[in-house]
Amino acid sequence: MEHLTVDVAIIGGGTAACAAAVALREAGLTVALLEKRLCGAGASGVNFGGVRQQGRDLAELPLSRRARLLWDGLSAKLAEDVGFEATGHIKLARSDADMALLEAYARDAAGHGLDLQLMGPNALRAEMPWLGPAVVGASLSPTDGQANPRVVGPAFARLARRLGAEIREHAPVRHAAHDGTGFAVEAEGVSVRSRTLVNAAGAYGGAVAGWFGEAAPVAPLAPNMVVTEPLPHLVTRSIGVVGGDVYVRQTRRGNVVLGGGRGTADSVDGLARPVTATSLGAGARTLALIPDLAHAHVIRSWSGLDGEMPDHIPVIGPSATTPGLVHAFGFSGHGFQLGPVVGEILAELVTQGRSASPLHPFRIERFAEWRGPYRSDGEIEH
Amino acid sequence: MAEPVVAIVGGGPAGLRAAQVLAEAGLRPLLLDEGHRAGGQIYRRPPAGAERPATELYGFEAGRARALHDLADALAPRIDHRPGTMVWGIAPREPVGFDLDCLGPAGHGRIPVDRLILATGAMDRTLPFPGWTLPGVFTLGAAQIALKAQGMAIGRRVALVGAGPLLPLVAHQYAKAGATIVAVLDVTPLGAKVAAAPRLAAMPATLAKGVWYTLRGALRGVPVRAGVRAVAVEGDRQVEALAWEDSRGRRHRVPCDAVGASFGLRSEAQAADLAGCRFVFDPLTRQWQPERSAEGRSSHAHVYLAGDGSGIGGADVAELQGARTALALLADLGRPRDAAREARLDRRLDRQAGFRAALEAAYPYPHHLVEGIADDEIVCRCEGITAGAIRRTATERDAREMNRLKALTRTGMGRCQGRVCGHAAAEILALTLTVPVEAVGRLRGQAPIKPIPLREPA
Amino acid sequence: MSGLFRRLAPRTGAVIPFTIDGAPAEARAGDLLLAAILLHRRSLRRFEFGSGERAGYCLMGACQDCWVALADGRRVRACTTPVEPGMPVVTGVADG
Repeated sequence: MEHLTVDVAIIGGGTAACAAAVALREAGLTVALLEKRLCGAGASGVNFGGVRQQGRDLAELPLSRRARLLWDGLSAKLAEDVGFEATGHIKLARSDADMALLEAYARDAAGHGLDLQLMGPNALRAEMPWLGPAVVGASLSPTDGQANPRVVGPAFARLARRLGAEIREHAPVRHAAHDGTGFAVEAEGVSVRSRTLVNAAGAYGGAVAGWFGEAAPVAPLAPNMVVTEPLPHLVTRSIGVVGGDVYVRQTRRGNVVLGGGRGTADSVDGLARPVTATSLGAGARTLALIPDLAHAHVIRSWSGLDGEMPDHIPVIGPSATTPGLVHAFGFSGHGFQLGPVVGEILAELVTQGRSASPLHPFRIERFAEWRGPYRSDGEIEH
Repeated sequence: MAEPVVAIVGGGPAGLRAAQVLAEAGLRPLLLDEGHRAGGQIYRRPPAGAERPATELYGFEAGRARALHDLADALAPRIDHRPGTMVWGIAPREPVGFDLDCLGPAGHGRIPVDRLILATGAMDRTLPFPGWTLPGVFTLGAAQIALKAQGMAIGRRVALVGAGPLLPLVAHQYAKAGATIVAVLDVTPLGAKVAAAPRLAAMPATLAKGVWYTLRGALRGVPVRAGVRAVAVEGDRQVEALAWEDSRGRRHRVPCDAVGASFGLRSEAQAADLAGCRFVFDPLTRQWQPERSAEGRSSHAHVYLAGDGSGIGGADVAELQGARTALALLADLGRPRDAAREARLDRRLDRQAGFRAALEAAYPYPHHLVEGIADDEIVCRCEGITAGAIRRTATERDAREMNRLKALTRTGMGRCQGRVCGHAAAEILALTLTVPVEAVGRLRGQAPIKPIPLREPA
Repeated sequence: MSGLFRRLAPRTGAVIPFTIDGAPAEARAGDLLLAAILLHRRSLRRFEFGSGERAGYCLMGACQDCWVALADGRRVRACTTPVEPGMPVVTGVADG
């Protein structure tokens, strides 16, 4: 059994956790990160790959705006091509009611400095003649885009390691507690003592919070993804729809990635699997948007385990029970774009006790008396 | 109580024998087979309109092929045979059993089953060598299928390269059919075959060392060599020549327009993976395979395994295992057991296991080919990922395991899902990390097992 | 120019006319599309991620190397698809 004593222990190895390890090392603190499998192999590594501000809960927009600035320099910072391209994100309306929602959202987003361009059917078809007749209008966010989720988390983990963070993979955490003087974290093969503890445990974030007497109703969430064989370039922008039942993008290499709906998630064994009916349904909805994909073949489907909060925004902020404990989990299927900035925010919370970003909506206390409905049909577009 | 629904995936020697045993017991098993006609790859039947006499097609295996085809025809009214049907997804069903996602002549379908016999067979094991992605380079299995299923040779001047019993067999079949063979090159040493010969004496004629010498006689004037150290296909847009280095380090070159090359067999085990079977590493053939008991049970209570899909044994073993596995399934259903028949099959399987070990000794793994793979060589032919990219990702990006390698490089992420490159990529990764090949794990299977149309067929 | 494959067993079945990149070609009943094309040509398609061409590899539906485009937009795996009369194959590869 290995024993480590550090300033900060981090539970979880997703993008936010690894980015936090980087930011904390840059701030001069010692860090140990404990990941149950491989860093970046969970929700942050197997998601759709959307780098999207548009469509987010307005409470998330300040974080998402700040995150967007980081994406431009991410490949340089990580010394690795993360495949980020600002292809724009276009959210499609399939009815007049949809269009009204897009118009209202565009007005609200403008208040946060996010400029969205509303497009009627003519402008839309002029730019994207391959869109099917089901589409009646759209809202374009030109600064949004897409990236390769498989490389971002591992690249942050490597940078953290280069900066001196202790990264332990295949080290699931069994328990953590505060003994009055500091945190004691027991993981497989390693135990860590730390002054501060970061809970970035994704679908298991609620369980970790529970060890410290805090309620956070996290449900397992398994976004269902499908990818086609490489095809001639057609889909120029990352595509979503009002209602979120399908989302589509085409990678640089030509594969069309499509998501929508849920797979099955088992938080006990950590497995998430795609579901046939969901995959076929997403395919049918994609063809309604882009009929030219009619002859494409699906070569793979997958899912990954994320944590979903009842109100579909994450928990980010200090513990209400335990000084020195900081939470960031429950990204509810749309944490990929936020990951890098959440790392910075976690480091701010650890080093300064506060963040430059408004975190009030994400406080864990909101669940102390939670009696609200559980929203399981919300948008999970990454 | 309703009869349990038993589905057999694969209509080769193992699947057909399993179907026979189940049908004899009064069950009506589903036989789901991608092939248009039952028989599998080894005894592949030509499409209607391309039939030829069995002796021409299968040579000295004609008797076995004919027996199996006759069996398929005789079983037809007693089983639910679905030819041209691919099982592309397997999902657990509550409380027990599976839903099989199938794509057949009538489109997508979902079939609920109680128990599964997976007899999914094998494909050629491949290793990259210079020029191996040029048009005109095929696997040995492909060369054989071109002949058996189509009555064609893969080229006008054909060179054959291998590391297993398929090499002399294909060479024989090509020579007999009138194809022009320009070289037969075994990358494993002749000494190994000679040493293993006594233990192979009781094997079918194809496998004995005598075949090797017979082959030399039949192909007089054509280089038939063992112990070949390296091969390289030359050509710009197409195959122009095969160059090789013989056992003494001398270099040779022979003009040709097609090459059949592969190095043993690897199990097609994606279905077992999706069904949730536990996998174990087989050190003899250096591959991960679904764990199978001597009776054919997997680690999953409702999944049974038979044939090359769960351990390379060849067609004869596959037939025995197909029957044995079906008997185990019947026993698990509480049907009356035929202990004598079980024991007979167990004895024959036991004997075959001895032959198999001798065979692997006769064709040892060609480590020298893996060590010689150049950095600029494509390993993943779907995505065009090179050996150099794999090595760099191992050393510079902490890829210590196959699925991480896949995530970071796209190796095994293409249309074939790593069927072709997965083995070589694992060997290269392990060699780079100086760890045993089993330490880098295996690529996880993902649905669909093979590409399916995005649009459901009408 | 001549094709890659060589027919060894004469076939007496019906002649199946089809086209390769617009040029008329003939196969026989029972020919798989891969074989039908390679009797006339030396490859089936371009490789997506490099300069090369591909002509299939395993012939048993496993390697997925032989997906071929048809002029009507369909894409088929040539080693498991029987040639049909009038199939308009598009290889995108210059003959010769």
